[in-house]
Amino acid sequence: MNFEFSADQMQLKDIARKFLEKEETVKRARTILEGEESYDKDLWSQVAEMGFTATAIPEEYGGLGLGYLELCVIAEELGRSLAPTPFSSSVYLATESILQFGSDSLKQANLPSLASGEKIGAFAHTESTTSPTEENITCEFKDGSLNGSKIAVTDGDVADFFIVSAKSGSEVGLFLVESSADGVEIASQPTLDPSRSHAAITFKNAKAEALDSGWSNITTLLDRAAVLFSFEQLGGAEACMNMAKEYAMGRYAFGRSIASFQAIKHKLADMFIAVELARSNCYYGAWALSTDAPELPTAAATCRVSASQAYHECSKENIQTHGGMGFTWEFDCHLYYRRCRQLAANIGSQSIWKDKLISSLERANQI
Amino acid sequence: MDFNDTPEEAKFRKEAYEWLKANASLKEGPKDGWRAASEEEGLKEVKVWQKKLHEEGWACMHWPKAYGGRESTPIERVIWGQEVSKFKVPGGYLEIGQGMAGPVMMMYATEEQKERYLPPLATGEEIWCQLFSEPAAGSDVAGIKTKAELEGDTWTINGQKVWTSGAHFSDYGILVTRSDPSAPKHKGLTFFFVDMKSPGIEVKPIKQISGGANFNEVYFTDVKIPDSQRLGAVGDGWKVSLTTLMNERLAVGDASGPDFEEAFSLARGQDLNGKLAIENDAVREKLADWYCQQSGLKYAKYRNISALSRGETPGPQSSITKIVSGNKLQEVANFGLDILDSAGIIRTDEEGAEQSMYQYGFYGAAGIRIAGGTDEILKNIISEQVLGMPQDMRADKGIPFNEIPTGNK
Ligand SMILES: Cc1cc2nc3c(=O)[nH]c(=O)nc-3n(C[C@H](O)[C@H](O)[C@H](O)COP(=O)(O)OP(=O)(O)OC[C@H]3O[C@@H](n4cnc5c(N)ncnc54)[C@H](O)[C@@H]3O)c2cc1C
Repeated sequence: MNFEFSADQMQLKDIARKFLEKEETVKRARTILEGEESYDKDLWSQVAEMGFTATAIPEEYGGLGLGYLELCVIAEELGRSLAPTPFSSSVYLATESILQFGSDSLKQANLPSLASGEKIGAFAHTESTTSPTEENITCEFKDGSLNGSKIAVTDGDVADFFIVSAKSGSEVGLFLVESSADGVEIASQPTLDPSRSHAAITFKNAKAEALDSGWSNITTLLDRAAVLFSFEQLGGAEACMNMAKEYAMGRYAFGRSIASFQAIKHKLADMFIAVELARSNCYYGAWALSTDAPELPTAAATCRVSASQAYHECSKENIQTHGGMGFTWEFDCHLYYRRCRQLAANIGSQSIWKDKLISSLERANQI
Repeated sequence: MDFNDTPEEAKFRKEAYEWLKANASLKEGPKDGWRAASEEEGLKEVKVWQKKLHEEGWACMHWPKAYGGRESTPIERVIWGQEVSKFKVPGGYLEIGQGMAGPVMMMYATEEQKERYLPPLATGEEIWCQLFSEPAAGSDVAGIKTKAELEGDTWTINGQKVWTSGAHFSDYGILVTRSDPSAPKHKGLTFFFVDMKSPGIEVKPIKQISGGANFNEVYFTDVKIPDSQRLGAVGDGWKVSLTTLMNERLAVGDASGPDFEEAFSLARGQDLNGKLAIENDAVREKLADWYCQQSGLKYAKYRNISALSRGETPGPQSSITKIVSGNKLQEVANFGLDILDSAGIIRTDEEGAEQSMYQYGFYGAAGIRIAGGTDEILKNIISEQVLGMPQDMRADKGIPFNEIPTGNK
């Protein structure tokens, strides 16, 4: 058994971390949060230049042909660094959709420019405050065009194309719509995490191209993406734990470092426990994703739940550890608190993933 | 990243499985497991089983062959653990000896002593206990008072130990004492091993919340120990104890008792308000939490093993095992009883009855969260030793031990 990332993968992780630190991505996240831009274009082009967007795309489509383990370590560092780019939408969701369920011509047409970062894709799935299901999707594909509307589409205002869930006859499937197509209306939506932009999209007889159909493809897509999202969440959670510790070590009250108060120490120990559980579960997810294991649905839900819990624990208790400073706009705690919420919301809530986990265990009868 | 065995590992796994298959019976489901009719019967069965393990080379597997082991790699130990968990085999009684006393003897005893005492630990012939805690020193174990005085080359021990698991059936014990009460707390301790049949040792069982009595008070009245049974230098007892405590946390590990699998299978068969419990969303959420905790611990362990097999020191992951599994057990046990509604309160000792497993966990978890370092002490250790945060302010630092207030006031 070898349940670790390889030396090469760890080196890639280190390169990613150093690069993102040098680029001061947390500052950049704040700039996006406070400014008008939807994402950091300069950072995005550098991320693409580093080859991160091309990681899991095969060489025949202009990618690097590395694997998902490499993508996992990059995701962890992007999460740790709060990089304000459309990476998750474009890479974990749009690229994956095409890779897994696109025709060869769709792949030829899109993968090279997704690999190079010239094109950005987004996933348009949510329609209301109820989580999307096979039954409640109302967007509809018919005779080559798509009608309906989506909300809370992450990076929806910057994407060149959308992967849209819609029904077609008796089935729900995935469809590609160019954002420049006639009948596509895009309206930015303000969110709790303005360092990542969101939009509402309306399709009126918009030209669309079908990917392989079936609700199960959407489930598979979300399972695959969940592993990568979990790594971002893990990186963010660990960053919060370290921030809280650093701050506590340097802050004095009652004549001593607040890091010597047991209530603070135990808070940090709880964060550590949550992060360790999440990391171990994320590795399980990484293994399942990279080997196309039949356990993927279980592994994905497990790491998703565990990493969401860890980030929640760490980002809220990081604020608490900072006291009043933690509640200020000036300190960075809130950037993580917001991103934690954004990542937790992006591909479905805790309750949904917990339910998926138990359902997949029921199916697999893995007892 | 893979879970696949290397060809050598696969060969070893097959060998282990086949040996077990020939010598034990497979568990028939999640609820199936070995259970002894009484403590006495259990001890007998464990000794028989351990003897067999030893004879065929499966005892204390990572120990040197000269002391009864097979010099296995860490991976082989894990594979053995995985395979053995599929079978109904006797267990317990030997952990303190093999997991704590063995390693400390290996480190500090003379060659002659190792040859004498280690093999009977491996064969299960001799049982050891851990004589650390005292009425006024549990978490603060360096605060023990049991006195050791040297005359010639014989020590005389006077004092009291408490919560000593298995003292009533143990042959030997590892013992920490105070040899210099005027030195600061951590400086005046000396460590020994002691024959539990020595004159002057009196063992009195303590009734536990479960009604059973696995742990004891142990009184020492002018007990003589030859200086040759001292482990480590005079005054170095704290250092020796720490070796043991580190091994204890590894040995305690997972809390045993009903876990996710049991709760899951219970929920799938049990009615709750007219529907199967598994269809209840609150139940599903709890199950998911336990699954994630269990899975996190499992893969944390795999990360540890991977580090070991590459010859690296494992990370601090293992420090979370006891806290997470102890608390999980307490919650799972509570769930298992709660789901039986008002009937969950009825005590049953009936063999194989669903409740009895949860009732055992209900009592057991409360003890696991205390034994071998309480949750709070473990969190101190994580924050100080893993995260590098400052130690608690101590009121007793540098003060001669006999001037420090201790115990219940
Ligand atoms: C089932 C069982 C088996 C045992 N077997 C053995 C054995 O074989 N050999 C042996 O030597 N001992 C054994 N013990 C004893 C065990 O190690 C001690 O009970 C344990 O270390 C706690 O010590 P205490 O009971 O004195 O409680 P205390 O130390 O008095 O603790 C009481 C409470 O105070 C808290 N507390 C104490 N200090 C701190 C601190 N610094 N910060 C925060 N909170 C603190 C504790 O966490 C706990 O909640 C066993 C105990 C149990 C329950």
